[in-house]
Formats: sequence, C-alpha cells, structure tokens
Amino acid sequence: MLPEVKKIPSRFRNALSKYRVTITKECNNCGICIKLCPYGVYKAGSKKPRVAAEHLCLGFPCSANEFYCVNKCPEKAIQLRLNPAFEILGDRRWSPDLLASTWHMAETGEIPYQGLNYKTGDSGGGFDKLRFIFPREKGPEIPDEEVSTAIELNRSGDSRPGVRIPVPFYLGGMSFGSVSIVTMLSRVKAAAALNTFCCTGEGGYPEELIPYDDHMITQVATGLFGVSEESLKRVRIVEFKYAQGAKPGLGGHLLGDKVTPRVARMREAVAGSALFSPFPFHSVYSVEDHKKHVDWIKQTNSRALVSVKVSTPTDVDMVAVGSYYAGAHIIQLDGSYGGTGAAPDIAKKNIAMPIEYAVPKVHKFLSEEGIRDKITIIASGGIRSAYDMAKAIALGANGVCLGTADLVALECIRCHHCESGRGCARGIATTDEQLTNLMELEWATQRIINMYLTWRRQLVSILKRLGMKSVTELVGRFDVIGHLDYIKQEEIEGELEL
Amino acid sequence: MPAKYHIHTAQAANRFQLITRSGVIAWEEGCLKCPSCVKKACVYKVYEKRGIDSRQMLESLDSVCKDCFRCVQGCPKQLIQKGFNPAYKALGDHYWTPEVISGLWYQAEAGRIPVSGGGYGGAFSGPGFDTMWTDMSEIVRPTRDGIHGREYISTTTDIGRKLMALEFDETGALSVTPPPVVEIPLPLLLDMLPWSPPGMGIKLAILEGAKSLETFAIIRQSDFTPAMKEYLPNIALYIDGQVSDIEPSVLSALRLIELPYSKKVIVAQNTLKKTNPGLVTIIRMDLNPDSAEEVVRLTKEGAEAIHLVADEYGLERSDRPLFIKERTRDIHLRLVEAGVRDQITLISGGGIAMAEHVAKQIICGSDLLSVDIPLLIAMECRVCRRCKEGIACPVELEGVDPVWGAGRIRNLMAAWHNQLLEILGAMGIREVKRLRGEMGRAMFFEDLEKDIFATLGRRG
Repeated sequence: MLPEVKKIPSRFRNALSKYRVTITKECNNCGICIKLCPYGVYKAGSKKPRVAAEHLCLGFPCSANEFYCVNKCPEKAIQLRLNPAFEILGDRRWSPDLLASTWHMAETGEIPYQGLNYKTGDSGGGFDKLRFIFPREKGPEIPDEEVSTAIELNRSGDSRPGVRIPVPFYLGGMSFGSVSIVTMLSRVKAAAALNTFCCTGEGGYPEELIPYDDHMITQVATGLFGVSEESLKRVRIVEFKYAQGAKPGLGGHLLGDKVTPRVARMREAVAGSALFSPFPFHSVYSVEDHKKHVDWIKQTNSRALVSVKVSTPTDVDMVAVGSYYAGAHIIQLDGSYGGTGAAPDIAKKNIAMPIEYAVPKVHKFLSEEGIRDKITIIASGGIRSAYDMAKAIALGANGVCLGTADLVALECIRCHHCESGRGCARGIATTDEQLTNLMELEWATQRIINMYLTWRRQLVSILKRLGMKSVTELVGRFDVIGHLDYIKQEEIEGELEL
Repeated sequence: MPAKYHIHTAQAANRFQLITRSGVIAWEEGCLKCPSCVKKACVYKVYEKRGIDSRQMLESLDSVCKDCFRCVQGCPKQLIQKGFNPAYKALGDHYWTPEVISGLWYQAEAGRIPVSGGGYGGAFSGPGFDTMWTDMSEIVRPTRDGIHGREYISTTTDIGRKLMALEFDETGALSVTPPPVVEIPLPLLLDMLPWSPPGMGIKLAILEGAKSLETFAIIRQSDFTPAMKEYLPNIALYIDGQVSDIEPSVLSALRLIELPYSKKVIVAQNTLKKTNPGLVTIIRMDLNPDSAEEVVRLTKEGAEAIHLVADEYGLERSDRPLFIKERTRDIHLRLVEAGVRDQITLISGGGIAMAEHVAKQIICGSDLLSVDIPLLIAMECRVCRRCKEGIACPVELEGVDPVWGAGRIRNLMAAWHNQLLEILGAMGIREVKRLRGEMGRAMFFEDLEKDIFATLGRRG
C-alpha cells in the first residue's frame, strides 16, 4: 500500500518560480483573472488580486489558451515576464528547471506542467545525453496496477530472509550532525511510508529512529562513530561504507561547530571538536580483510543483509567481484558527481568516475563472471530524477539510492554553502536550533513522499511505454537507451525521445 | 624524522571588492517597514555588515551574500531580488572562466582549498583537462599513520638528467660522475608571464614567492636587475641575450638556466656547463606537433631538462593544435618507446589554471609544470588583458606591494599543494614522482564513452 499525496506548499512566503506575474496600478479589481486561472495563481485582495502562487503559472506558453489572463485583463494590468533570479538558482547538474520541477512534485505530487524540463539537467553529458528508445508500435495497454516497481534486495540464495521493497530505491545515509534531526526523521518517515529503507549515515543511531528499525539501514563507516552491537542487531540491512562518491578516497570531516553536545554524545566524542572519519578502514587492507568485516556483521546479526558502499575507481568491476565473494548481498556504487556533505571541490569534480560509466561496467563484468543474478547493484551519486533512476536501471543497476533529491524536495536551492557558519541557512543541513525550527516534520515527510510518488508514476509510465510489466525487466537493457552523441533517430527502430 | 615541507599561509585580504556571480537588488519603494524585516533576520548578517567601498563605489553586500534566497523569499512585497552580475560573466574568457578566476582569488586570499557542500554542480565533462578523471583506491593506502596518511606524501621533484646505471672501474671506484640535479619540494616553477602590467612589484612578488616556496622563478636575462641578486638561489635565468653579458658572479651562483631552443642548443648547453658544471640547463621550446621527435633527439644528444610551452589556452603551436595533455602523452610514450624517458626531465607550461591540472598533466607524462597567469590572478588580476594594449590595470597591479603579492602567491600555491596531496592520497600514491605517466590510474572520457555509451541503443 502506497501512501497518498497531500498538497504541501512552500514553507517560504514567496515560492521561487520561473515566471514573475505582477499586477499594475491600472487594475480595477474586477476579479476576472482569479476566475480564469485554473492553476490558482491569484487570490482575491482588497484593492487588487494578490499573486499568491506565481510558481504555478504556466508562463508564456499559456498565451495559446482561452484563459490567458494577460490578454483577458480588461485593463491590461497583468505583466508576465521571466524571473531574473531564477537563472541564478542551482547549477549545471541541477538546473533551475530541474529544481523547480522537483519542488513542484514535492508540493503537488504531480508532474510539472509549466514547461519545465524535469527529465534532464544541463551538464551536457551522461544522463543528460542519454535517452530512452521507445517502440514505435504500441503494444497492448498494460493497466498501471499490473506494473510492478518492486525489487528484491537479497538475491544471494543464502538462508537469510528476503527483503523486498515496492519501489526500486532507498534513501542514502546523511548522518545526524550533518543534517538536522527534522531532515533525518522526515527522510526516515518517508522511507517507512513508502515501505523502503533509509540509511543512518555515520553518526550513530538516534533513539528517535527506533520505531523505524524495520526501515533502517545502519552504516558502519571508517570512524565507527556510533556503531554498537545493539544498533547492528536492530536492523535488516547493515551497510559498510568504504568510500563515498562526493569525496572518493578522502576521509570525512565534521566541523567542530556541528559537533553539538548531542552529536558528541552519540558519537562518543567531545562537543565542539572536529571529528575526522579516516580513509580507508584501517582494519582492511585486502579483500580477505573485507570478508572478515562482512563475517563480523553476519555473526552479530543473523538476519541482516550486508551492503557494501564503494566509490568508482578504474577497477570498480574488480571491487564489485571482491565484495560478492566476501559475501555481500548488495554492492552500492557511489558515483563521483553526487553527495550531500561538504567536500573539496577538486575531489567532487575529478576523482573517480561518474555513475553512468561505473554501473554498466560492473553489470557487464558481473554478468560475464556469471554472478550478476546473485548480487544486487544499487547505483547512487548523481541521480536527480525519475528519468535518471530509470536510466541507471537500464544501464545495469537493480535500483538506486538517493539523497540530494530529498534535500531539494525540502527546498534546498543548491547554494553549496551547507558548511558555512551555522550551517544551511534554509534549515536543512544544520544542527543550529533556530535554523532547525524552520522546518516541520510533517511538512518535510509529506514533501518527500509526494516527490517519490511522482517518480514512481513516471517510472511506471516509462515501463509501460517499453512494454514492460516489471522494473526487473529493465535491468541492463542497453538496447532501450541511446546516447545522443552516438546514435541518430534514423539509425534506430524505435523512437528516440528528445 | 626529517622536516616536512610546509607552506606557511596567512589570510591576505583582497584590495578590491570581489566581483561576485550574482548581486542583490533591493527596492525601497513600497517597503512596508515591517518590524521584523527579513534583512534583519539574515543568517549571514549580510545587511548588517554592508558598507560602500568609496574607491570603487561598490557595495560590500554581494561579496558576503551566500545566495540562500531567504530574504528574496521572505519579503512580503517581494522588494528583494537577485540577479546575475554582468561583470562576473565578462571576467576572463572561455578558458580562464569566471569560475576559474574566482576560485583562484579565493585560494590566494585564504590559502585554503575550496570546499563546498551539495555534491558537484558542474558540467559532465568538457574540453582540455575536463576529459579525464583520476583514480582512487578503496583500500590500499600509503600509510596508516596520521589522519589521512597525507603527512607522508612527498611532492618533491628533481630537475636534471639521470643516469640509468652506475659504472665502476676495475678498482671498484665509480667511473662516471652523476650529473647535477636540482631538487624542488613541489612540482611547480613560476614562469615568465605572457602579458603583464609594467612595474617591479609583480616581478618581486613572484621572486619572493618562489623563495618562500623553495622553488624557482624563471626570469628573463633582460629583466634581471641587481636588485634581484638576493633571489639568485631561486632564479632560473632565461637567456634572451648573450651568455657573455652575464656577470661571472651571477653565472656561478645560478643553479638553473633556461636556453631558448635552436638546432644548436646542445652545443650552447655544453659550453655553459663548462663554465659552471653544477648548473642544470633547461631547453625551452614551443609545444608543437614535432615536439615528440625533437624531444627524443635532444634527450639522446644529452639534454637535461626540456620545458615545453603551450599557449595560454594549453594549445600547441599548429593550425590544428592538440591540447597540452594530449601532446604530452604522445611525447612521454615516445620517450618510453625510445627507452630514454627516465633520463630527461619534462616540464610543461601553458594553460595550467587549476590545481587539478597539475595532477592531470603529471599523469599525462610531465615531471613538473610551470605556472604563469594564475600568479597574476593571485594578485587579483581579472584577465582583462588591457595591459597588453597599454591600458592601465583595473586592479592597479603596476604598483602592487611585493610582500602582499608574495603572500597571495604563497597562499595559492599552498592550496594547490594541498589539493595535489588530496589526489595523491586518494590514489594511494606516496610520491608525486610516481604519479608521472601513470595513465593507467586515470580514466579518459574518449575511452569510457567508446566502451560504454557508443554501444548503447543497438538491438539484438
């Protein structure tokens, strides 16, 4: 059973929008615009209507419509123009359009209609140049409810329980300390509502999470912060973090300012002093050492699945094989372009390969080794949309792991200043009490749920167009995606979606 | 334990107001004078800290604003907006982009490496150095000591010719004299500038920078003045006149000399080395499609070090130029094929704009690099190139204080050094010497695209 969409508007007075609508002095408050607009852009006002929701405005394409307020206003008092502040938002990976689309999904649970590009960003490569190739001939109509988006995480065939999630994704670790307790809890609650998982990250297991034990993945990372036998025993999945895409080969660093007394207690550290999570595991210098780690977890918790999170070096395929033979159920490939925490810019841009390369490389290699069916590949690091998710699966992943998209649903604008002073000024990645209060738990939880429900619907529609009844049919289907630089419409049988 | 190389950094404030990506636009008209104005609630206290710089008539606000949009989204009359700063877009050019320039400014000011949250926000790949990624190692590390083990990573590089083997006579005594080698603690030389405003301040800042970094600045013979004598241990003199014009005391104090390339350059090198046997000579030549062949020939004839210089965009001299990293790969591999790679030191320059370029260029086969324009940018240069036209520098570099300038250069190089350590650390490599030519520890766009994306979309 999936949760329901509820409308959850922006928590700020003025939502950020692509268009700006202003009503000039000429307005006689006739109210025509309020009646005309089917999107609820206007609200009644005492002297003139109030522009209450510019971000819901269709913009210039609306001029073709009967209800285009700019033309219908008897006093010509409505001005519509592009919002000059809009282009400053985000970056090339998360374009302003992609941000606004995500906000729209989080607010309404609907695919945006405002002419926003919600399928790709502006990075000029990778996912942004990959397109699905849909069959020209429509097959028999498949009803939505017959399309399955569920995946099984334990494919090993061992005696441990199966863990089936109804959506091909779970939420990645953001430690307590790097994000606020509201952010952390909202992600966990959303994961529970969607019947999937959320990872604790490396900051320990706050007691607020105990009610959600069945939906938690607890992380064992190099600093071993907050790792205890008791917390390892609570969960159904334990994740080893060898490396992370945002800073491959580098340790973690939590600034002293963020180590509040509570954070310190949970991490068994001293408040106010910076915490370093070293790289790599100082107890692992070989695949044999790695197996010892996996065995340790399996011994501690007899029902848990073990996931191994690694970055994407040149020999990522060998790393994956090693993880499999050490007994991992899940290998999570964390590509270099993702991540949420603070990291040196040089590492984010240059070290390790993007996930779009790593996933097919590992998928092919494991297939050739004859072990692809025995392990679950989870792709992460730079998956921004339902389309990225579907493309990652077509490239060979079983499912994906997400983080940044959640933060965007909570109205992150990707200013990249998570680490400045008191932390995120928008109250997402901060432990500052006042800033944390900018966001309510119910609000945040529902925003994330809304976004992912919309993603799921998009995935279902992609699968249907491909004539597939299950997302498991999409895994590694290199024939249903093409890259715009190497494939032309006239060379293929299907329809390249541009 | 031997002393570790450490670059001392100290905040060196900008002299001019920063040119920022975006600016705040706030109107007064229509203001409701709310008792709890969003400007007062600014998390970064931008509006409290604001002030007008009287020299430039610029607001300080924009250099403090961190684009959180709280005020934009909070003002009930929507009187605050943000807009792109046209002056930012106009900085530099397609290669020396506003992002590159402002990144260098930050590092020169703070001496720290740029760190930000929220993952990577740039292009998937791009031209030049943006077509490669460096490797990392999941488990193998140089050492398990220290927080990252990076305290033990060496960035020391040698300049000079190497013997491939020692030879001994019948009595067991060494029968060959090892050629002189100059060792520098970071793989960077400070090069002559392709263009620059006039004035001694800039040159002295670079010299002082080279001295405190324990490396060398390449100085034209024609620019050399007696005031520079105290910097002789850190000068690589570029011969643009007659060797006979150099004072003997200067010549004997020099450890590095750079000779312009000519067909007879080896003869000139040998003559020089007769006068000062401790001298290491570098042959400076334009990078071009024939470089590989010429470098192999010079190496076989006894060259010690070759400095291959591309233009300021990293392009070789040709009608259809290759980028510096591509040509260097070609040269490196040709030297390897000829079995002489380890005898020669390859120095590359031109278009080295960011710390990542240092690591990537070394992976592609250079032993060390020369850096030029970033030295000016460290001193707030905006890459407007007006000085080339003889127009006054907008940031008054003609009269720059050499002490301040040297501090900025030191800060920038410290940040680059630290970033180089990050890359080496992630790869589990303990010395920058071992990074040279390690192309197997890098991933190239062309290869990955061909292997993976070019095969997609085919039925059956």
